[in-house]
Amino acid sequence: MIKIEDFSKSFTIHHLNQTRQAISGVSFDVKKGEFLGIVGESGSGKSTILKSIYGTYKPTTGTVEYDSEAYGKVNLHGISDRALIRLRTQEIGYVSQFLKVMPRTTTLELVINSMLEMGVDKETAEKEAEEALTHFDIPEALWHNYPNTFSGGEKLRLNIACAIVKKPRLLLLDEPTASLDEKSKLKVRETISKLIEGGTTLIGIFHDLEFMDGLCTKVYDMNTKTIEERAL
Amino acid sequence: MQITDDVVLSVRELSKQFGEGCSYCLDENGELQKNMCPKCHTVYATKDVTFDLYKGEILGVVGESGSGKSTLMKMLYFDEDKTTGQYVLPKDPKNEHNVFEVSSQRKRQIRNEQLGMVYQNPMLGLKMDFSSVTNIAEKLIASGNRNVKEMTDRADHFLEKVNIPLRRKYEAPKNFSGGMQQRVQIAKALSNYPPILLLDEVTTGLDLSVQADVLELIKEIQRDMGVSMIVVSHDLAIIRMLCDRTMVMLDGKVIEHGITDQILEDPQHEYTQQLVYSIL
Repeated sequence: MIKIEDFSKSFTIHHLNQTRQAISGVSFDVKKGEFLGIVGESGSGKSTILKSIYGTYKPTTGTVEYDSEAYGKVNLHGISDRALIRLRTQEIGYVSQFLKVMPRTTTLELVINSMLEMGVDKETAEKEAEEALTHFDIPEALWHNYPNTFSGGEKLRLNIACAIVKKPRLLLLDEPTASLDEKSKLKVRETISKLIEGGTTLIGIFHDLEFMDGLCTKVYDMNTKTIEERAL
Repeated sequence: MQITDDVVLSVRELSKQFGEGCSYCLDENGELQKNMCPKCHTVYATKDVTFDLYKGEILGVVGESGSGKSTLMKMLYFDEDKTTGQYVLPKDPKNEHNVFEVSSQRKRQIRNEQLGMVYQNPMLGLKMDFSSVTNIAEKLIASGNRNVKEMTDRADHFLEKVNIPLRRKYEAPKNFSGGMQQRVQIAKALSNYPPILLLDEVTTGLDLSVQADVLELIKEIQRDMGVSMIVVSHDLAIIRMLCDRTMVMLDGKVIEHGITDQILEDPQHEYTQQLVYSIL
């Protein structure tokens, strides 16, 4: 479903007259329904890979090929901005470590809006948003609060809820368990298992190696730049 | 000009200069001081601006003061004439080859039926001595409406939408606070359901709470009414929140464009990097 070939990314910082190589020589592919975990120390370029798949970063060399439902096989960096935006609303989800909030938008509205963007009708959006919030143990009393009053863990769970209600075909997870307690981690794990069962393809970055056990079908190691198959 | 299906507004090589130009600056190799000719002092306010606006999207335009953002908006709303360039509104039933070239009467019609404009300065968009209802009715009359009941109902609807208490609808905007004036201006711009809305620094100078109201309103209009918008702002936080795609302008030219998070997280141009590093 996704194939990265000879990918590299460097950043040119004009005011320092400097070019910094973030990452180079990355190639891997992920088939439909697989879950690839990316491991490596901080600064090794894990997030750079995810952001380049999502299109936030433009690769310096290499291609990111994605097998899309709407467009067939496309190089994510060769298609128009419009097409990429469409893929992001319909097919590719991204869960970052940070929650993007809109001013004066309540928790429930935030989840509903992320569904409305896809063109889902209001009634369905409301129903599924409520289900997602319930699943992630965000108590009903908080639904009409603004998310910037939330704890770190609540924000993260909300973030995941916003991405998952859209039922993406490909979901990118940037340390989705970073600040979660054990109970919430279990919830995330449960959700990921369900997504895998439902056929979602996942690529995730984890510090928590234990969490990946029994979930990931493949692990990409940033140090050796190799991929290792895992038995479930 | 090649235009794909869901484009609602299309601009090609739009330029505006103030001054005649001279042999030095009209030459391709003539170097300008920022956007001004050092010899004849002709100012090139916008130069070869090309872009498409799609249905239901919010396109951001960022850049420093004097980069040509407002001139661009004024040309799109026919407040200012172009020097050269093409402007097409493919969804308009008449779909002329270049709406810069049509009669002034037709331009007024386009303005009243296709476009809504919200200026940074409410004085430009509102008649300050007329009541809010009259201000809205004025726009509706201009677009051919003559039914008083229908017009007042429409005014009520939109004033309510922008949270202006209806008991104050017969008051003149000069009695209102800046934030309220801005909201009346938005109500007026929306009142004839234009498919395209032009917003020029609409939240500049508003307090944070009113700013949040206005931003929320803009998002709601996009979501519920499918209106396409061009949002000019120098506040990148606002651009990040609202815009699907963003163009960066410097000295009258578009130096970078892309999906908003690309521009903000992986800026390529030196000026865009400076701008992004300045976010609080």
